[in-house]
Amino acid sequence: MNLFGDPAIWLPFTFAALMGVSILVYVVLDGFDLGVGVLFPFATDDEKDMMVASIGPFWDANETWLVLAIGLLLVAFPTAHGTILTALYLPVAIMLIGLILRGVAFEFRVKAPTPHKATWNWLFFAGSLMTSLAQGFMLGKYVMGLESTWGTWAFASITAVFLTVAYSMIGACWLILKTETQLQAKAVTWAKGGIWGLVLGLGAVSLATPLVSPRIFDKWFTMPEIFYLAPLPILSAVMVLFLWRSLQRLPNPTDAGARAPFSYAIALYILAFGGLAYSFYPYVVPEQLTIYEAASAPESLMIILVGAIFVIPMIGGYTALAYWVFKGKAAELRYD
Amino acid sequence: MDTLMLSRIQFGANISFHILFPTITIALGWVLLFFKLRYNATGNVRWMEAYRFWVKVFALSFAMGVVSGITMSFQFGTNWPGFMETVGNIAGPLLAYEVMTAFFLEAVFLGIMLFGFSRVPGWLHTLATFLVAFGTSMSAFWIIVLNSWMHTPQGFEMREGVAFATNWFEIIFNPSMPYRFTHMMLASGLTVAFLLAGLSAFRWLLGDRSNGVRVTLKTGVYMGALLIPVQIFMGDMHGLNTLEYQPQKVAAMEGNWETQSNVPLLLFAIPDEEARENRMEVGIPNMASIILKHKADGVVPGLNDFVAEDGTVMHPPVAPVFWSFRIMVGTGFAMLFLSWAAAFLMLRKKRGPEGIPTFMYYAMVPMAFSGWVATLAGWYTTEIGRQPWLVQGVLTTEMAVADVPAPFVGTTLAAYLSIYALLLAAYVGVLFFLARKGVDGDVPRPRTPLSGQAIAREIPAE
Repeated sequence: MNLFGDPAIWLPFTFAALMGVSILVYVVLDGFDLGVGVLFPFATDDEKDMMVASIGPFWDANETWLVLAIGLLLVAFPTAHGTILTALYLPVAIMLIGLILRGVAFEFRVKAPTPHKATWNWLFFAGSLMTSLAQGFMLGKYVMGLESTWGTWAFASITAVFLTVAYSMIGACWLILKTETQLQAKAVTWAKGGIWGLVLGLGAVSLATPLVSPRIFDKWFTMPEIFYLAPLPILSAVMVLFLWRSLQRLPNPTDAGARAPFSYAIALYILAFGGLAYSFYPYVVPEQLTIYEAASAPESLMIILVGAIFVIPMIGGYTALAYWVFKGKAAELRYD
Repeated sequence: MDTLMLSRIQFGANISFHILFPTITIALGWVLLFFKLRYNATGNVRWMEAYRFWVKVFALSFAMGVVSGITMSFQFGTNWPGFMETVGNIAGPLLAYEVMTAFFLEAVFLGIMLFGFSRVPGWLHTLATFLVAFGTSMSAFWIIVLNSWMHTPQGFEMREGVAFATNWFEIIFNPSMPYRFTHMMLASGLTVAFLLAGLSAFRWLLGDRSNGVRVTLKTGVYMGALLIPVQIFMGDMHGLNTLEYQPQKVAAMEGNWETQSNVPLLLFAIPDEEARENRMEVGIPNMASIILKHKADGVVPGLNDFVAEDGTVMHPPVAPVFWSFRIMVGTGFAMLFLSWAAAFLMLRKKRGPEGIPTFMYYAMVPMAFSGWVATLAGWYTTEIGRQPWLVQGVLTTEMAVADVPAPFVGTTLAAYLSIYALLLAAYVGVLFFLARKGVDGDVPRPRTPLSGQAIAREIPAE
């Protein structure tokens, strides 16, 4: 493959990579704040306020990565965009309704009259749960090649639950990092519980993907690929182990290692995502449409790429600024 | 109903709901920057009070805009795949630039603007306010570029049914873009002006005479009074541009069936598409010709020119365009009368908000959302007015619709409609609740900003 010769080859590849990175950043960032929403019912009212305070300054920018990812799919692979989204019509609608409810609940729960707060809290949880389940369902359907049978439906329901657990796990790790005392102790318990869901989910997808597609099976289980790829599952197992051990040491009086679980969780997400990306490349619609067949005109992609080269580092810069401004333990959210 | 009709209703409902909130945030971002800069310059706490109240309205409106905007970006794919498949090479880069230059900017700096006041230096907070306002306007710019291009497409060629860009300068600066963009920005300014005036009048009527209420009331009234004549002028220019590029739309707006001279300006009529004539016409003789052609015997195109030999109607449905245009113009004139009268009374002998009689405060409260009425009516005029085209002369709406079962679309439509109704009621309710809460004295004093120079102090009103 001549990466820097023919623009009809390297442009779609670049855009697939950009899209992959956006999806990865999205599932890590919105993953943790959706997870915090899913954990809502297990917290007291004061803890709920603190949980929202820990994600309040970030959630909006986190969600923007989804818009970028879907935007890149739309602009770089227009034919795939239509095929994927019409095949996922109902889960997309459920996700959107979840995102709507959750996004407005951030604002309404503190601005509406006090008696309404409980309702908005409930809607915040319901919205986060709907969004997580719908995204997990879509992942499952995608892994199953967007087919609609009882089997794929059942598998997608399982991935829906596992992704939700995975989100709440990374959400709990975020809370360990951002909170103190009782809430932090609770978050440690939540994270420990979440690990099992994560491991089962990773296992299910890892087993199902090669079984559904002989092509993916061959990509993983032939010589010498199997050796190059072996670090992926091995590193994942090591990360799970590290994560477990770091949780055993928390909470502690000096708050040492409070950052560790979140870092290991991110590493796990990256590894899992890398595995999926390797499996599906070069297809954008599994087994039907490759990124090269679905790509837009090279002229249009070039126009976007020129902008992206300047703009994406800037986005990274000011995102980092925002996380730096709100570093440390979460504090009560005030407009002054 | 079939998938096409349900999808059209769904997208229409979505975009109608969505547009309400950017219409507020685009101009409100700049108004907040104005409040912040006045505060920085004078150190007067009343500007900070104004900022603190209206930043809540901004945050709420922004969240509503974000979530409904995400919904729209997905609906391109779920309901209108033909759109991206045909003109994706042009729409794609424009949408990508919106996300890259605007969305991230506003979303990231919003957090600092809302919650960073006591965490960052004063200058950085002011900069964050500016960047949010700038990002919101950039977002509007890219969306309106795309929308205008769909009305007046140029700078492309069709190859095997797919549009390819040939000249990006022509695509971005397409003939209707400058008019549409200015018209929309002014619409946002007016919406915010009347919202400022309306909510402040509500607080005034409840007995709040604080300086924060005074300055926002004045800002709203003066802003409305200044912008409305400019908007009427711009609207007229936009109309002339539409006459040049989409004459069938103007014919529907005027309710004019035959191409003829001496066309009257209809104040009232019931367009009857079956009979292809108007019933119960009341009009000003020659006026439409004078407005559109600047002479009494100017020839104005009629709807019957847009019916093909085989009877296919290639002009928009007449009644909705005709009526929404009249609602927009009528609301505009109500804005003109109210804001000019109030501004005149406030300016007279420098009497400020005290100079306005009570009944005018009562008039301002329902006018708080007049900007929404005018914006939606204008939106329907221009968007229904381009039917049956999605992209004028290139792609019809019918060609773009997804092959999704009608019951699916019906189900999601019902879900969206009920959620939108709930949220709209909650939004308006919370706005008035916040206004009432301010009156009850539940306004903690602002903290000293981190920069330390601008220490808040109360300065009596002039």
